[in-house]
Amino acid sequence: MTETVPGPTPGTTRISATPAARRAIAALRDELGGPVMFVQSGGCCAGSTPMCFRDGEFLVGDVDVLLGDLDGCPFYIDARLDDAWGRGHLLLDVAAGPPEGFSLAAGAEDRHFVTRSTGCAAATP
Amino acid sequence: MLYVPPGGAGSIVTVAPRYENFIGGKWQAPTRGHYRFDVSPATGNPITEVAYSSPEDVELALDAAHAAKDAWGEASAADRAAVLLAIADRIEAKAEMLAVAESWENGKPVRETLAADIPLVVDHFRYFAAAARSEEGRTTEIDKDLVAYHFREPLGVVGQIIPFNFPLLMAAWKLAPALAAGNCSVMKPASPTPWSILKLMEVIEDVVPPGVVNVVTGPGGEIGKALATSPRIAKIGFTGETVTGRLIMQYAAQNLIPSTVELGGKSPNIFFSDVMAHDDDFLAKAVEGLVLYAFNKGEVCTCPSRALIQADIYDEFMARCLDRIAAIRQGNPLDTETQLGPQVSAAQLEKITSYVAIGRAEGAEVLIGGQRAHIDGEFAEGYYFQPTVLKGDNRMRVFQEEIFGPVLAVTTFADDDDALAIANDTLYGLGAGVWTRDGTRAYRMGRRIKAGRVWTNCYHQYPAGAAFGGYKISGIGRENHRMMLDHYSQTKNLLVSYSDKPLGLF
Repeated sequence: MTETVPGPTPGTTRISATPAARRAIAALRDELGGPVMFVQSGGCCAGSTPMCFRDGEFLVGDVDVLLGDLDGCPFYIDARLDDAWGRGHLLLDVAAGPPEGFSLAAGAEDRHFVTRSTGCAAATP
Repeated sequence: MLYVPPGGAGSIVTVAPRYENFIGGKWQAPTRGHYRFDVSPATGNPITEVAYSSPEDVELALDAAHAAKDAWGEASAADRAAVLLAIADRIEAKAEMLAVAESWENGKPVRETLAADIPLVVDHFRYFAAAARSEEGRTTEIDKDLVAYHFREPLGVVGQIIPFNFPLLMAAWKLAPALAAGNCSVMKPASPTPWSILKLMEVIEDVVPPGVVNVVTGPGGEIGKALATSPRIAKIGFTGETVTGRLIMQYAAQNLIPSTVELGGKSPNIFFSDVMAHDDDFLAKAVEGLVLYAFNKGEVCTCPSRALIQADIYDEFMARCLDRIAAIRQGNPLDTETQLGPQVSAAQLEKITSYVAIGRAEGAEVLIGGQRAHIDGEFAEGYYFQPTVLKGDNRMRVFQEEIFGPVLAVTTFADDDDALAIANDTLYGLGAGVWTRDGTRAYRMGRRIKAGRVWTNCYHQYPAGAAFGGYKISGIGRENHRMMLDHYSQTKNLLVSYSDKPLGLF
């Protein structure tokens, strides 16, 4: 199952964003004076959440797939993770709580980015 | 038994209004004067305030660590071991207090912190005291007049980033070997759980030389990054998710320093038909072995979150397990009868909820649970989730992604090869469990599973002395074993000639 997965066809995108996520991206762009980047995480603790960095902070490798671009901000996922996740379409959203890892917050200090599968209704606990 | 929440009247845990950073053996206010509330996940209410530090505070901690590193690095193994033993004694004397603090901040049931977390912390420091004391260098006689002496020397100042799921135990796993090997540490606790580590510092502050251990709390994006990118650390240790793991290694590469990373898993727990050959203690143990997915609310890197059950026993074995799961007691984490506490944060609760929705959408069958648990009274706002079992197949996302909650994905297998194929069909390779009465099968399966730890007829035991770490993308390096001294030291070779004769080349 860990065979190399080809990236998406050029011009296609498998990421979109809710209005709240787009507002957070705009706020971050204003604050930082430039674009951010998103990298989908996996594994322990805050795994499964997308990490947000100043664009270029995370060294993207050949193993990473560009899912698309959100208002000039690229969204990447490890191709192996993408394969395990079924190469679906992801929706970037914002949720309550501070960010994990080294991620930037989603605009405000106590908000963080999340990804949802567009096949599922956004769940609220 | 019911413990009073920290800070309450009659509680064994005192709570100050706010906590500063522990730097150079002193409590130091964060440079910019910012604090943030530290919340108990059982109630959603604040426990106290902790420093919301900035990169300047990391520099202060590094100053203190560098000031201490020469004396600590040159201390004799006996002296270092004495400090580790003193730390262990202090913690043991305050075990109940620390167990309650840890439980209230993280949400894990106090029966677990009393029985596992804190005793393991104590034992860990004692184990590494023994490891430091019994360490020996190796000497090689190259020829009769040329001898290679090998000494292990400390790295100096190391950075250590701790996860939220076992705040005290993971701090001990990283701190004990670093100190045993003669290093000083700058530690950053996880953002949701900084306070119990500060309580630990209160307990041990006067037995640790100033600057040897420093704790700075605050946001990972600022101080975690400041620590990991600092050219003033000689090594970085991290436990967490994969993207931060890659960043840690990226920063370490830029500074040309070593790193160790532990990045989680999706651990298979395999039950062969013969576990049901008799209705005895072993079968009861195996049933409990499956239900251990709910240990620590499923917030464990090695959570046995995929149960693989041989098809011919599935119905009967699963029925027994579901009975046991249905009897799990949820509620006040400070009640020793409680078996399942709240998730660590609202964010984790939302993530778990969304994963169950993903599972349902993929066609997984919910055998039990599946939603937020509502506890009456003062815990109504707590982040509780019902113990949940999803039946499906291994290609589903809920079988591939670490949910970090009390959610088990269960499937069946036909034979050994099928079990092995499913077990290894994952990106991760941290833990695994094998349950069988057939020792030969257990051995063969254990050797063929691609994971760093294969529990055989047991699960979730973490004794010091058993190496722990990941295969595949679950990480690099090992913890919990004296081989950690290798990860926290560098080898000095003195190549000494005892011959008086010139080489004769010039």
